[in-house]
Amino acid sequence: MASIDISSAPAAPNERVIHPRWVRITHWINAIAIFVMIGSGWQIYNASPLFPFTFPRGITIGGWLAGAIMWHLAAMWVLVINGIVYVTLGILSGRFRRKLFPIYPSQVLADIKAALTGHLSHDDLSIYNAVQKLLYLGVILSGVLVVLTGLSIWKPVQLQELTALFGGYDGARYVHFLAMSLIAGFIVVHVVLALLVPKSLRAMIRGDRR
Amino acid sequence: MGRIRKVIPGVDKALLLKDATRLLPDPTRRLFLRGAGSLGALTFLTGCDILDSDGAEKVLRKISQFNDGAQAMLFSPNKLAPTYPESMITRPFPFNAYYTLDEAPVVDGASYKLEVSGLVDNKKSWTLEELYALPQEKQITRHICVEGWSAIGSWTGTPLRDFLKRVGADTRAKYVWFRCAEGYSTTIDMPTALHPQTQMTFKFDDKILPRDYGFPMKIRMPTKLGFKNPKYVMEMSVTNKDLGGYWEDQGYNWFSGL
Repeated sequence: MASIDISSAPAAPNERVIHPRWVRITHWINAIAIFVMIGSGWQIYNASPLFPFTFPRGITIGGWLAGAIMWHLAAMWVLVINGIVYVTLGILSGRFRRKLFPIYPSQVLADIKAALTGHLSHDDLSIYNAVQKLLYLGVILSGVLVVLTGLSIWKPVQLQELTALFGGYDGARYVHFLAMSLIAGFIVVHVVLALLVPKSLRAMIRGDRR
Repeated sequence: MGRIRKVIPGVDKALLLKDATRLLPDPTRRLFLRGAGSLGALTFLTGCDILDSDGAEKVLRKISQFNDGAQAMLFSPNKLAPTYPESMITRPFPFNAYYTLDEAPVVDGASYKLEVSGLVDNKKSWTLEELYALPQEKQITRHICVEGWSAIGSWTGTPLRDFLKRVGADTRAKYVWFRCAEGYSTTIDMPTALHPQTQMTFKFDDKILPRDYGFPMKIRMPTKLGFKNPKYVMEMSVTNKDLGGYWEDQGYNWFSGL
């Protein structure tokens, strides 16, 4: 752990990596966990769909319901433990505060306009524009929501007070699906943009200096 | 997303399916890890079948056992499942099994005898008349299926823990096993057997339990997923040996607590 840099006051700002090692490690563990969770979650959804559609078997994980549940409740531990490490370090290191706040609505609107007209700069990877801030904060909150609703569905008796917060067992299933949809939507935008700006992908793998 | 088609290089889908059916008897429901498209998404991304192996299944089963322990720790013996008013009962209450309704067992109530075996003082069998004479309680609780759907029902019967006391069961034993008329079976943990809402059920919606819902007796546990609630129960045994169960042996989580 000694080599993991969580300090918030760098001595030489220009020498700092864009993404410290702990961010990169937790990011990629999270990527794998989310991938398994969504793929197996779609298979579980198919056993009793909430909406008039199912997910094609070819893009699900687990093969059948029991297999999917095994995957889902195994990757669950990875997602939750990794998520706790990430959020704790994000808060303690001050990274969340520095990178994601403040978010001004006027700036979000201005940046959306700039993006749509092709004027949004992405030269400095270490500084997030207002839309990025909003999306990253939003996906972290969706992650918290997906875990809380997941617990509500898994333990609607032992954790019934939590389940009641989401309108009971059935309500929790809908909110769980909604949170998954928000995360899946984020992933689509996130992956497309990372591929359009390859240096951002490289920075998340190697760290890269500012 | 309905149009995405997956091609796994070097894998013949038909052969894969044949392998899967050889491995497990029922091709439609038991395509476990080897099922066509089982790891489609992973294969799609990685281009190889790294996780499509017996090794992965072994690891997953180990984690599932770990989850049994975690759930046992989370289980609080006196935490009651929420109850509901009569007006919220789901009507008609769904019939659900791995067979169709016309294949459901028909048990003759007149000759029925519940067998009691294992670590109990009194191994006498119980006729339906004797069972009906036991003190009964009603519960309106939510039945939650492993598939995800749920339905609220009304069940009346005698608390299992009172019955276990009556027959002098060794409640320090680890498990209670149930054998059912259609060949179904399940094993539950003793703390759940002793939970105040775990019930030997004789009535559904104030009427004698119909064939659909497990005549003459089912075990109702609102703290467990639906499939852990056995119907058409013919025998119960108090034991220290985990005797598994119909779905558990195929890969469904053993504890399956709510």
